[in-house]
Amino acid sequence: MKTVLSVDDSASVRQMVQLTLQGAGYQVIQANDGADGLAKAKSTQVDMVVTDLNMPVMNGLSLIQALRKLPDYRGVPIIFLTTESDAGVKQQAKAAGATGWITKPFQKDQLVAVVKKVLGS
Amino acid sequence: MTSSDIGDTNDTFRQESQELLEELERVLLDLEHRPTDGDLIDCAFRALHTLKGSGAMFGFDRLAAFTHHVETAFDRVRKGEIKATADLIELTLAAKDRMRLLIEAPDEVDEASGEQVLARLQDVVAGASTDAAPADVAPAEGRPATWRVCFRLPVGAMSSGSNPLLMIEELHDLGEATVVAQTDSIPPLDELDPGECYVGWDVQLRTTASRETIEQVFLFLLDDMELSIERLEAPADAGYAEGGPLEESDDVPVVAEAPSVQPPPAEAAALQDEPAQKSSAAPSPEQTPRAASAGAKSGGSVRVPAERLDEMMDRVGELVIAQSRLKQLTKASEESQIKSVVEEIERLAGELQDITMGVRMVAIGTLFGRFRRLVHDISNDLGKEIELVTEGEETELDKTMIERLADPLVHLIRNSSDHGLETPTGRAEAGKPAKGRITLTARHAGAEVLISVRDDGRGLDRERIQARAEDNGLIAPGAKPADQDLFKLIFEPGFSTAKEVTNLSGRGVGMDVVKRTIDELRGAIDVRSQTGEGSEVTLRLPLTLAIIDGLLVRVGRSRYVIPLSAVEECVELTPEADVRSTGRSFLNIRDELVPFIRLRELFRSQVGSDPFQKVVIVSAGGARVGLVVDQVLGDHQTVIKSLSKLHSDVKSFSGATILGDGTVALILDVPQLVEDGQAHDDRFKAAS
Repeated sequence: MKTVLSVDDSASVRQMVQLTLQGAGYQVIQANDGADGLAKAKSTQVDMVVTDLNMPVMNGLSLIQALRKLPDYRGVPIIFLTTESDAGVKQQAKAAGATGWITKPFQKDQLVAVVKKVLGS
Repeated sequence: MTSSDIGDTNDTFRQESQELLEELERVLLDLEHRPTDGDLIDCAFRALHTLKGSGAMFGFDRLAAFTHHVETAFDRVRKGEIKATADLIELTLAAKDRMRLLIEAPDEVDEASGEQVLARLQDVVAGASTDAAPADVAPAEGRPATWRVCFRLPVGAMSSGSNPLLMIEELHDLGEATVVAQTDSIPPLDELDPGECYVGWDVQLRTTASRETIEQVFLFLLDDMELSIERLEAPADAGYAEGGPLEESDDVPVVAEAPSVQPPPAEAAALQDEPAQKSSAAPSPEQTPRAASAGAKSGGSVRVPAERLDEMMDRVGELVIAQSRLKQLTKASEESQIKSVVEEIERLAGELQDITMGVRMVAIGTLFGRFRRLVHDISNDLGKEIELVTEGEETELDKTMIERLADPLVHLIRNSSDHGLETPTGRAEAGKPAKGRITLTARHAGAEVLISVRDDGRGLDRERIQARAEDNGLIAPGAKPADQDLFKLIFEPGFSTAKEVTNLSGRGVGMDVVKRTIDELRGAIDVRSQTGEGSEVTLRLPLTLAIIDGLLVRVGRSRYVIPLSAVEECVELTPEADVRSTGRSFLNIRDELVPFIRLRELFRSQVGSDPFQKVVIVSAGGARVGLVVDQVLGDHQTVIKSLSKLHSDVKSFSGATILGDGTVALILDVPQLVEDGQAHDDRFKAAS
């Protein structure tokens, strides 16, 4: 079973990601900010990361930059789940090494479809 | 055109339409399993179309009119307007039967039943179309189109988590995709960054999906990547190869329909010198059964009346005899020129014989094909789900033999379906899958062909057979025959253990037909059964009826032929062994005791024996016996002439042949002799 790390400071969003992805057959680990996410990603090798952009302590961009420096996370898909739809932010995220993004509010189906797309079923 | 010409062409039409109907039936039965297979649907349509067309041409107007409606239905299936439902297939099978009647005996066919079939056909067609076009037949987005999708990932895409393999897989999910990797930008190994993707892809995709759906595959990368999606102008139902060939790069295999074997790009670079072993050559599992059924398709080419083949075979047989006489006559001749001509004729006659035999050989698939319908009907009649599995359709067998096997096999299959396979509830109780399975197998084993009918039913009921055999006086009460021997009794006339007579079997006629036919074909029957597991009847048949390779031997003044296929070796009977073995006739062949029979004694030859007798070791059914002869004369192509009815009870001989000098040589019945020899062996073992 593939494992997805859900990083978001909103517990409700994390829960929704967890329930949705569990229903689609993935295992989900939660982290409530970038630093927590980085620590959890280091201790457990996950297959994919879904992260918020604006978070306290360490934001999503820094998380991606940190993850991409780890050899184990060079090619692991990282998806942004964000309310930002500004093209400039997307460009920044991409430059940092994001695989793709989903704009909040999102449909459960959409999330599953994207995860399946980048992770394979 | 004379009236007899018209008769001839009508015959041709009948023959052709017969084949078309058989083809149609085969296709329909296949279609039952793969209702969306476009090739099958086309095939059915074409058969109907041809039937209609040539029917009208040859004056079978009613056939043409009737077929027209069925053809129309299948045209709609072909266009994806309606679905090939089980009902439609069933009804088309019924229509097919009616078409056959309309060809064979149009006068006996009444209109009303035809109207009925057509009315039902209309209902079914209406029902099938309101079932709403299912995605796999007529997709919502319309007819399939061919697209050419070229893409190359942006730099760094792999390290930001994009995986081109998944994209290729996704394209495959959309439709039929042919994928060619463009490897021209792969740098030399020392400059290669293993985290980077240097490969581009050129995909020809035949799909009903829209451009937007295809673009969705590359979501997130659309802005940065190189992507071109163009629609090819090829018509929708033409093969996509017509859309212009994909340009393959020099040395990387085309990876079609097998995305899983595509090496990851970095590896692809390293592996590029490897030969294209993982190409698209492997057939998809769906294609395999069709390839197997090709056996049923053979035929084609030139039509020759069966009798003419038989006549030809007969003449070739005579020619072979005449040729061997010629050979004998010129044996003593010093004329080297005549001898060379004789040798030439011998060679030609041999070749001619091989070819003629080859012409008579037909793949047994033609016969197996017929049983699929039988099983289909039986399973409906009995309310049992039965699956017929056929193996070895390509096995070739003498044409006459195939024709004569039809009846016995029908009986065996019926018997298996009726008695062997349990009812669905019975099967559920026994923990077996609801669908019973009958396996029809043909294969070559030496000079024999083995055809077996196997079911996974309840197996033969030993007790009931024993009781029944005792009632019929076939065995002594209380006798304990071996399973093998007991089971064979089911083939005796009048033998039936069925508690009640059904439509299909149980009347006690039938199984004895099997035995009689197989006997006539000089074959044998083996029965195996495992209670609760199923039973298997194997018919062992000689490859051909007409000619065998024989070993000509002399005993006293007479000559005999031993079928060469049964001969293992010839050894000398040394005087010591001869003396030592009086009383206990055994020979030590490489540390194995082989019983032998002195043919001289068996045939009561009055002439004194040769000083150096030979032993021909023959085998049958796994047992070996030595036959002591005076002289081994050599191999001899033997045209078998059967013995007259007067001699039918003569054991030890299976037939006769005419030798080169015109005299008759009897053909030894090896299985019988081996049995005698083994009986001798058993007696010896019991005594010692």
